Amino acid sequence: MAPAVRFVNVSRRFGSVRAVDGVTLDIAEGEFFAMLGPSGSGKTTCLRLIAGFEQPDEGHIEIFGETADGVPPYKRNVNTVFQDYALFPHMTVGENVAYGLKIKGVPRAEREAKARDALAMVKLGRFEERRPAQLSGGQRQRVALARALVNGPKALLLDEPLGALDLKLREQMQEELKALQNALGITFVFVTHDQGEALSMSDRVAVFNDGKIVQVGTPSSVYERPESRFVADFVGSSNVLPPAFAERHGGVAKWTSLKPEKITVNASGASVPEKHASTDGEIKMVSYEGAVTRFNVETEKMRMNAEVPAGDTRFKPGDSVRLIWPKSAMATMEDVA
Amino acid sequence: MTQVAAAAFPTAERERALDRVSDLFFTRPKLLTFLLLLPPLLWIGVVYVGSLFALLLQSFYSLDDYSGLIVHEFTLSTYAQLLEEANLQIILRTLMMSALVTIACAIIAFPIAYYAARYARGWTKALFYLAVMMPLWSSYLVKIYAWKLILAKEGIITWLAKSLHLTWLLDGIMALPIIGGPSLSFSYIGTFLVFVYVWIPYMILPIQAALERVPVNYIEASADLGAEPGQTFRTVILPLALPGIIAGSIFTFSLTLGDYIVPTIVGNSRLMIGQAVYTLQGTAGNIPLAAAFTVVPMAIMGVYLWMAKRMGAFDVL
Repeated sequence: MAPAVRFVNVSRRFGSVRAVDGVTLDIAEGEFFAMLGPSGSGKTTCLRLIAGFEQPDEGHIEIFGETADGVPPYKRNVNTVFQDYALFPHMTVGENVAYGLKIKGVPRAEREAKARDALAMVKLGRFEERRPAQLSGGQRQRVALARALVNGPKALLLDEPLGALDLKLREQMQEELKALQNALGITFVFVTHDQGEALSMSDRVAVFNDGKIVQVGTPSSVYERPESRFVADFVGSSNVLPPAFAERHGGVAKWTSLKPEKITVNASGASVPEKHASTDGEIKMVSYEGAVTRFNVETEKMRMNAEVPAGDTRFKPGDSVRLIWPKSAMATMEDVA
Repeated sequence: MTQVAAAAFPTAERERALDRVSDLFFTRPKLLTFLLLLPPLLWIGVVYVGSLFALLLQSFYSLDDYSGLIVHEFTLSTYAQLLEEANLQIILRTLMMSALVTIACAIIAFPIAYYAARYARGWTKALFYLAVMMPLWSSYLVKIYAWKLILAKEGIITWLAKSLHLTWLLDGIMALPIIGGPSLSFSYIGTFLVFVYVWIPYMILPIQAALERVPVNYIEASADLGAEPGQTFRTVILPLALPGIIAGSIFTFSLTLGDYIVPTIVGNSRLMIGQAVYTLQGTAGNIPLAAAFTVVPMAIMGVYLWMAKRMGAFDVL
């Protein structure tokens, strides 16, 4: 089966800036695929290339096995949920949702019924007569979702759809999006700069930096086995250990990632169990983050972060401590960039 | 009280009076708003609404046909005169001209405004503003006389037609009934061209302002949902630009309705409302009928705005 989306060595330049730089990528049909990266890393441009708002300067894009080169957005069987929703202000919610069907020439009664169903699916029944301006951010988001899904796209593109929502709503929408994708079985391509969102929702994640994909894989592989310092740092704020440091502390002479939650904070002089490594240092900062407490510790060569379940009140800034971690938690990275 | 405040916050003697005024305005912002609005309100209230009222009053008087004096008694007979054949012709002629000028302005202005709003950046945008505004800097009379020369029988258009061997076409157009005439500068076509030229900046600028407020992602969303560019134009861009078009049309329509200089200089001898008012209040001394004629454009604009509102032109504002 042809992939839902295939990028072959795709580049897109804006002036002298390479927004997307030689990206090669396959997104499988029915996959929940996240594009993760900091702002300006090229993830949104990739989404716009799939939607057809941008055309590649180099390379080749296929959508469901057909070439997308030179195909305008209105001839592509994909739909987009825009970052700021882009609901038409001069139409009611019902008219917004029915817009795509109206353009296709679906008769009024049928498209109104379908729009109602789509609004019910996103739990916005009986809102058809409202104007977008009368809705809250979360409701607008749902309208944008219904407006895209009512057309029965083979792939749904979501551009930071949860960015403007507050935390509570965001968590709720994450669950609903995931449930929706399971129910519909279509491909979701999701752009986000929030690593938590990308890890919790997607089947696979592509991490972007400087217009390039630096790692693709399942959330757990990207999180547990970062291949580069950038991924280690961006996905999960790992401690990045230089080769010499790693070698002295139970690892090999390579750049190594060590997750803060794998490190325990102990009184200085505490005994180190078998298959564990340790280093001594001084606590510089303690930050309480709800479920966990984060310690920033100054060791011989570098600052390290350790996260322990909240409630550990034994240590305060200035205390000398011993950090201990299992050697198995040290993940070496091939690429240094 | 004030002594306590002064003791708590000592200031130099010289500053204290100014400080007090600032403090007063800060703590009572409505007072400041009132003082700022008073002069313009007086201007609008007395000079504008007052004279408008005086004008309305005049239109309910009548002229004694024998003595030529104004009879200061309320009557609707002056308004009845508006319905006489000759006067009705003037009104319909003006209305038709205003409507055609407005439609032409909208059609010509839209692409210019669209380009300026969507594509012009930096120096091209500056050039756009300069091109649109510059005609407004020179005298309106100078421009109209310039047009009279352009359109005259000895003018550049006749010359151009001859050079291109198109004299037959120009002659054919001028031979058309009603809109034709002895030359462009003595025809409705000439009047129409000059009106379109002098009022078009008033149509371009509001449309451009309305289009600037249409985010690009509405257009992208429309395309994403399957709309071809033509459909996006009809269903998204045009409805959102409509308030701008209506605003522009209010200018072009009302300016044409009331103008008496353009048709006097470029045009045939048939009167428009403005010329009728000018003649009636001047040589004829018929102030009541002049006033009644002046009420006509106001009534037409009232109806026009009401219809625009009914059509939902202001919903997006």
